[in-house]
Amino acid sequence: MARIDVRKTYKLYIGGAFPRSESGYSYVVNDAKGKFMANASLASRKDARDAVQAARKAFPGWAARTAYNRAQIVYRIAEVMEDRRPQFVDAVQRSEGRTAAQANKVVDDAIDRLVWYAGWADKITQVVGGANPVAGPFFNLSTPEPTGVVAVFAPQESSLLGLVSVVAPAIVVGNTVVVTSSYERPLPAVTFAEVLATSDVPGGVINVLTGSAATTGPWLASHMDVNAIDLTGVAGDADLAKSLEEASAENLKRVRRAPSAEPDWSLDPGIDRMTGVLETKTVWHPVGI
Amino acid sequence: MTTTPTTTASASSAAGNSFSDVTSSESALRRFLHGLPGVDQVGAEARAASLGTRSIKTTAKDYAIDLAIRMVDLTTLEGQDTHGKVRALANKAMRPDPADPTCPQTAAVCVYPDMVAVAKETLGTSGVNVAAVATAFPSGRAALDIKLADTRDAVEAGADEIDMVIDRGAFLSGRYLEVYDEIVAVKEACGPAHLKVIFETGELQTYDNVRRASWLAMMAGGHFIKTSTGKVQPAATLPVTMIMLEAVRDFREATGQMIGVKPAGGIRTSKDAIKYLVMVNEVAGPDWLDPDWFRFGASTLLNDLLMQRTKMTTGRYSGPDYFTLD
Repeated sequence: MARIDVRKTYKLYIGGAFPRSESGYSYVVNDAKGKFMANASLASRKDARDAVQAARKAFPGWAARTAYNRAQIVYRIAEVMEDRRPQFVDAVQRSEGRTAAQANKVVDDAIDRLVWYAGWADKITQVVGGANPVAGPFFNLSTPEPTGVVAVFAPQESSLLGLVSVVAPAIVVGNTVVVTSSYERPLPAVTFAEVLATSDVPGGVINVLTGSAATTGPWLASHMDVNAIDLTGVAGDADLAKSLEEASAENLKRVRRAPSAEPDWSLDPGIDRMTGVLETKTVWHPVGI
Repeated sequence: MTTTPTTTASASSAAGNSFSDVTSSESALRRFLHGLPGVDQVGAEARAASLGTRSIKTTAKDYAIDLAIRMVDLTTLEGQDTHGKVRALANKAMRPDPADPTCPQTAAVCVYPDMVAVAKETLGTSGVNVAAVATAFPSGRAALDIKLADTRDAVEAGADEIDMVIDRGAFLSGRYLEVYDEIVAVKEACGPAHLKVIFETGELQTYDNVRRASWLAMMAGGHFIKTSTGKVQPAATLPVTMIMLEAVRDFREATGQMIGVKPAGGIRTSKDAIKYLVMVNEVAGPDWLDPDWFRFGASTLLNDLLMQRTKMTTGRYSGPDYFTLD
């Protein structure tokens, strides 16, 4: 007798828990060939609101951790991803329509990227901060501090490497994140959320919403308690990107503008994704007291 | 249905002579209080939970949020309270949202007796009342004359409302008349000030006791019955408040006299507050949907109400950065 398929409906990841969408909606996720893979929750505005609340709650604790400890935790994510490699390879292969070898390479790159960013946690301060020479008897010290809650729209095409490449830089410097996954290819993000739940990342530091940027976007962009927004995932949709930028202006969010086309994620990422979600604090202190 | 039966029958016999025969002796009072119908615990909790599932949206939500703001007794009852903190709180009570002049005032600020004068000075003739907790709040463990002096002191300093605590020890050991006499004495000491009677339901153990305490306080002349001090967990819960609302409803049916209800402690979100308002409407009736008859004892609730209000008026989510911390 043929075994009945287990047709999964994946959930969201908010505040360290896996809730269903508040709206109750889910949508069908097909693989690159149009064959059914699973159902994913369709995040609503209230899920976005709950995710921001969870991210805000997690922020002070996460930002107060030592850079060294954040590095350990991000490295731990990479370790746990390595443990679940077959699942990631399968998800990437089917979602993105790649060969097994290509998918393996993508997973390699994603894990390496996490390790690379983990290394930056206790080094970024030295690179972008420092002692400034001033014309007076003062020490003048600049240090970078995390911006706060960052709303990220993950790339639509690169469902795993792209996701990791936009989330890791934001959290490694001490921000908390609400990420809306690729709409067509959410399953690697779901598996990534399952990794997060088992890898020492405090609940609320990364919140994963599966669904459409057009649905969650306006609410996150206009949300007064979101401090920065990364529009990478709305690349190619100039109208949506423009309206989200306008909504973001209300509380002067830091905006990372949408590129005209999705970048090549296999290239060296540079540090600007980290510096874009850092604020520089400068302290003047009298010399000789 | 899960609603508990009304107590009209047992109460109306006593109502004719305003409970003087019920309260004439310890045994008569006990007989009356223990003769009140028991509370079906499972039923009460199920009914309270089902009332909490109503969906209140758009214009109804607007109305509910503004009403809830008008019902807030903005409270600070900490050992670390300073004059500055009380002044800041009083200013917030008068203008909860400085950015929006259409935002209503809260009903009162609730402070310790020694802060009444400070609060009164700031509030002036704004219409926001000053409520003071008296009678050796929160434990109530002091001699009667000290409790009365505490009360008089607060009233003289200008308190419009007195929140007293009952002697839970006496109540739990069955000395109901002692509790009754104490409420009567405090009420006399209140003079023109309104009296709220705090039961500390978290210490009363059973819903039956909550119902008994409610009747005891209403017969003794309290203007309001209040769940908790906020210092004991659990504080206000939906089922406890529902039982108190049933009691005031039945008391009005029996005597024609209306008594207010004030849940306090643990109500932190607009969603919670709206659940309470739904319950007030369904259990006691729309007459109680007024700051004169229903209050929230709360501090953090106000900020959440303001955030929701801002969301309703601007269409975007607000954040705690935009409201004062208190």
